[in-house]
Amino acid sequence: MLEVKNLYKSFGDRVILDNVSLTVKDGEILSIVGPSGAGKTTLLRCITGLETADKGEFLIDGQPFDPQGTAESDRVIGVVFQDYNLFPNLSVMENITLAPILVLKKSKEEAEADARGLLEELGLNTKGDLYPWQLSGGQKQRVAIARALAMSPKILCYDEPTSALDPEMRKEVAKIIMGLKKDGMTQLVVTHDFDFANEIADDILKVKALDKSFDQIQDVDKKQA
Amino acid sequence: MQYVTEILPSLLQGAGLTLQIFFWTLVCSLPLGILVSLGLISKIRPLQWILEIYVWLMRGTPLLLQLIFVFYGLPIIGIVFQRYDAALVAFILNYAAYFAEIFRGGFQAIDEGQFEAARVLRLSYWQTLRKIVIPQVVKIVIPSIGNEVINLVKDSSLVYVIGLGDLLRAGNVATARDVTLVPLLLVAVIYLILVGICTLVLRKVEQRYSYFK
Ligand SMILES: Nc1ncnc2c1ncn2[C@@H]1O[C@H](COP(=O)(O)OP(=O)(O)OP(=O)(O)O)[C@@H](O)[C@H]1O
Ligand SMILES: [Mg+2]
Repeated sequence: MLEVKNLYKSFGDRVILDNVSLTVKDGEILSIVGPSGAGKTTLLRCITGLETADKGEFLIDGQPFDPQGTAESDRVIGVVFQDYNLFPNLSVMENITLAPILVLKKSKEEAEADARGLLEELGLNTKGDLYPWQLSGGQKQRVAIARALAMSPKILCYDEPTSALDPEMRKEVAKIIMGLKKDGMTQLVVTHDFDFANEIADDILKVKALDKSFDQIQDVDKKQA
Repeated sequence: MQYVTEILPSLLQGAGLTLQIFFWTLVCSLPLGILVSLGLISKIRPLQWILEIYVWLMRGTPLLLQLIFVFYGLPIIGIVFQRYDAALVAFILNYAAYFAEIFRGGFQAIDEGQFEAARVLRLSYWQTLRKIVIPQVVKIVIPSIGNEVINLVKDSSLVYVIGLGDLLRAGNVATARDVTLVPLLLVAVIYLILVGICTLVLRKVEQRYSYFK
C-alpha cells in the first residue's frame, strides 16, 4: 500500500500541490484525473522522486520511504513515462536488463531469463533483439512497462498511458493494466481521460477544476463508464 | 622518378612526425574534451567559468601563437618543454577545447527524459553517462568530430614554427634545395592519402553507430 500524506509543492510562488493526500491499496489501481495544468504530472513526479516535494510524507506498507533515495527500501516505485523514454542505443533486451544488472547486481543470465518472462507476458517474445526505433508506439510502451517491472517495484506509475495511442491500442493498454492487476500489481495511473479511468480504476483521485483541490473517490462505480 | 625515390624517405620521415602528433593529439584531446564538456554543462559555476575562459582562449587565438607561447613563452615562468612535447601540449589543449564545445552541444541534445528514466531506475551518474548518454552523444557528434580530425591532419604542419620537421617542412626543405615543386606535389599527395584514410575510418565509425536512431 502506498500512502502520500499532506503533500505540498510549489514552483516559485505558484502553489501547484496544496495539501494533497492519497492512498493506493495493495493490488488496486488508483487513477488521478483532472484538467490540464492541474498538477497531475507534478504529483506523480514527486512520488517518483523526479521532483522534490516541499513537504509531505511517503509511506509504503506503513514504512516511510524517500522517493529520491537509492537504498533498497526506497526503491519501490516503477515508472512508465508518457513518451516511454526508452534508451535508443540499447536493444529491447538491454533496455530491460540494464538496471537489474547494474543496480540489482543480477547476473546477465538471470536478468535475461527474467526479462524473457516479462516479454512473454507482454506479448513481445520475438522483439528482444530489436531496437526502440523498430517498434510501434504500443510496443514501446510495453517495453517501458517491462523495463519498470524488471526492477520488481511495489507499485507501478503511469503518466498519461493513453495519450499517444489510437482507440484500439487504448483497449490494449487497459488490458495490460488489468492483467498486471490480476497478477497483484499495485498501480497508479495519471490520465485526463475520465472514461479510461472509470474503466480501469478502483479508486479515482479527482482534481477539482474550481480550487484545484484533490479528492479521492473510493470504489468507483464501474457502471458510470 | 628517380628523384621521387630519392626524396621520399625524408618526406616519409616527416610524415611520421605528422602522424605521431596527429595520433597523440586525438588520443588525449578526445577524452579531455569530454571531461571539459561535462564541466561546461555542470552546475558548478566557478568550474564552468574557468572552462569557458579556457575554451575562449583556445578558440580565440591562432594555434600558431599557442605553439609559440608554449615553446618560447612558458620557459619564462619556468615551464620548459622539449619541442615535440611543446607541440603536443599545444595541440592537445587546443583540440580539447574544440572537442569540448562539440561534446557540449551533443550532451545538450540528449533528451532530459533519458536522464529521468535512468534516475528512476536508480542508475548512477557514471552508469547513465557510460551506458546511455555517451553512446548517443558520440553518434550525434561524429560528423563534427570528423571535420576537426581532418583539420588536425593539416594543422599539424604548424609545428614548423617551433622547428619541428614534419611532412610539410620536409617538402619545403627539398623544394628550396632542389628548386622544384615536385616535393610539394608529393607532400600534397601524402596529405590526401592521410585524409582519405581518415575519411574512410570515420565512415566506418559512423556505420558502427547506425544501428540505432
Ligand atoms: N518545472 C516546472 N517549473 C515551473 N512550473 C512548472 C514546472 N512543472 C510544472 N509546472 C507548472 O505546474 C502546473 C501543473 O503542471 P502539471 O504538468 O503537473 O499538470 P498536469 O495536470 O499534468 O497537466 P496535463 O494534463 O496537461 O499533463 C502547470 O501550470 C505547469 O506550468
Ligand atoms: Mg501531465
